[in-house]
Amino acid sequence: MSLSSRHLLGLYGVPKEDIQLILDTATTFREVLERPIKKVPTLQGKTIVNLFYESSTRTRISFELAQKRLSADTINFSTSTSSTKKGETFKDTVRNIEAMKVDMIVVRHQSAGVPTYLTKISKANIINAGDGLHEHPTQGLLDIYSIKEKLGKLDGLKVCIVGDVSHSRVALSNIFGLKTMGAKVSVCGPSTMIPFGIESLGVKVYNKINQAIAEHDVLNVLRIQLERNAGERIPSLREYHNYFGITTERIEKNNRDVLILHPGPINRGVELSSEVADGPYQVILDQVTNGVAIRMAVLYLLGTMH
Amino acid sequence: MKIILKNARVINPIQKLDSKLDLLIEDGVIQKIGEISEKVVKDSQIFDFENKICVPGLFDMHVHLREPGREDEETIDTGSNSAAAGGFTGVACMPNTSPDIDSAEIVKFIKEKSKKNLVDVFPVAAATLNRKGEALSPMAELYEAGAIAFSDDGSVIKNAGILRRVLEYSKMFDVPVIEHCEDETLSDGAMNEGLVSTILGMPSIPNVAEDLIVARDILMAEFTDARIHIAHISTKGAVELIRQAKKRGVKVTAEVTPHHFTLTDDSLKLFDTNYKMSPPLRTTSDIQAILEGLKDGTIDCIASDHAPHAIEEKEMEFVFAPNGIVGLETTLGISISELVHKKILTLNQLIEKLSINPRKILNLPIPEIKEGSEVNLTIIDTDLIWTVDVTKLKSKSKNSPFDKRLLTGKSISVINKRQMYFEDNYIRI
Repeated sequence: MSLSSRHLLGLYGVPKEDIQLILDTATTFREVLERPIKKVPTLQGKTIVNLFYESSTRTRISFELAQKRLSADTINFSTSTSSTKKGETFKDTVRNIEAMKVDMIVVRHQSAGVPTYLTKISKANIINAGDGLHEHPTQGLLDIYSIKEKLGKLDGLKVCIVGDVSHSRVALSNIFGLKTMGAKVSVCGPSTMIPFGIESLGVKVYNKINQAIAEHDVLNVLRIQLERNAGERIPSLREYHNYFGITTERIEKNNRDVLILHPGPINRGVELSSEVADGPYQVILDQVTNGVAIRMAVLYLLGTMH
Repeated sequence: MKIILKNARVINPIQKLDSKLDLLIEDGVIQKIGEISEKVVKDSQIFDFENKICVPGLFDMHVHLREPGREDEETIDTGSNSAAAGGFTGVACMPNTSPDIDSAEIVKFIKEKSKKNLVDVFPVAAATLNRKGEALSPMAELYEAGAIAFSDDGSVIKNAGILRRVLEYSKMFDVPVIEHCEDETLSDGAMNEGLVSTILGMPSIPNVAEDLIVARDILMAEFTDARIHIAHISTKGAVELIRQAKKRGVKVTAEVTPHHFTLTDDSLKLFDTNYKMSPPLRTTSDIQAILEGLKDGTIDCIASDHAPHAIEEKEMEFVFAPNGIVGLETTLGISISELVHKKILTLNQLIEKLSINPRKILNLPIPEIKEGSEVNLTIIDTDLIWTVDVTKLKSKSKNSPFDKRLLTGKSISVINKRQMYFEDNYIRI
């Protein structure tokens, strides 16, 4: 079994069989992570570059750990400034790195479409670690994996993505991936944070948080992206919390069976109350562990393709 | 030198002329028109244009020649070559050069530099100083130096108060103010706002960003009784606003680019920066409305918005890449393929939109095809099938989304100012 593409650019259009294969492979690696020695030799001799043009802590660490546990050689290149404004162009940077003979590139960039562009200028396998507001496929996959792990199935499940959908690459990857796997996906948030025409993707829109909690099996609660000017779309964080924040009270009043996911980092007291963030309904830290397994699976499947 | 153009179908809508005629041209003047036997005229060079059409030289009223400032992308000379190859005998060049065309010196520099070329170049000068939208440019001086219109193209004139003064002042010369219509508070994006931008997670620009300014500009033109020309319209809302304004007699005219009546935002899915432009590519319903607008005369003319960019600037992360594409050499082919062969416009209507109307808008004389007139002609093969190859463009830049596209219809030759461009060469006549 192998994937149908040698890159992972997004979950849009990725066939169900591929997602299933990644989830199954992740289960194997999830088991490896519980061993005393958490390392396998599968990608020995492969060189992977983590090309991060946007700051990231957990995604970068998660990828790096996944690479080390697969015994790959990894190099980190991080810069928060765009190389395009002055100095070397992105293309030249990539060509130089590639000239040093690398097999895979994991890329994060503030501009949507950069991973797709990379496939045209590089021969390496490309993995998207988040491009602009476009996609973050490994996050989508680890969310899907975590839901399946907790609830045992995906088909027919009702999942609602809550919050700043329009500033979220996590939302799009979740929508595309979950729908492929047979889940029913909706979004809930202030109408300024719901992107144009999302209904035409077969996604229902909610503006009332209590109703969203009541009618779904899973809430994937997004971070309010203050660093992406989310502030201009809502009057204040206080008002956001009062109308859309997930609190224990709201959960207990509407749906005690709901499962809460959050891609992190959490703004405590904004999208989640601290009580919920640390409470029994959430699986946030499991998501983080699963993230390593998912990334190991993706790296393994792409790195061993012929 | 004497040349004879034989057997072409000669069309000039303003003369109600449409028949198969021969033209004898001597010293840049049409000496004789009708049936001309080469035996009668000694020492003449014959060009057989059987099955070709011969029309008043085409005119592109919206090009960026990049000189002065970005001669690595285009120069007045290379841009003129590109125009000649594309079938144009005249162009109007936009003022967003470096420095901007906001002084008489730059206007004169462009006029002087282009004087020797076949293609006439008419500078459009900045409407405001440094195109900043804050203070009037020296419009009288610019007009006297040879500017034929005023525009801050590339940017909108944000402040309605300044626009009012620009419109009022331009009335003294009866020239149009050309507006790039985009409300900048709504246009902080890289593509059209729609389902595709949602799927691509791309910062987006809604139609209303254009519609708002078109509506404002129409009201301002009406209020000042001045002339406004709406550049590169892209939305169905803009088409309708202009249609209604024309009905009530507002002095508004409009142009559309070939890419805005052929391509949609769907093309952005591969993140190819050759599809990035301002205004952005819209949707099929916008194209439908634009085609209707072309048909019923709401849209007066077709212009390329020829915008050369260096390879290293376009080969970039999508969001950071500059807007615009080169168009001088594809405009005619796309227009014939998409409008004439698909029966949206008649050949006569197309000639009006590519030759007559832009000159009318800019108060330029319309070339006549009659004995005694100075020659200014484009010879077109409307049935020639060819493939766009960016590596063969005469333009210095190669940023075109139409590379490898099959087109039907091409310019064969242009003649102007005692020069003829034919088979990639200039011939003195």
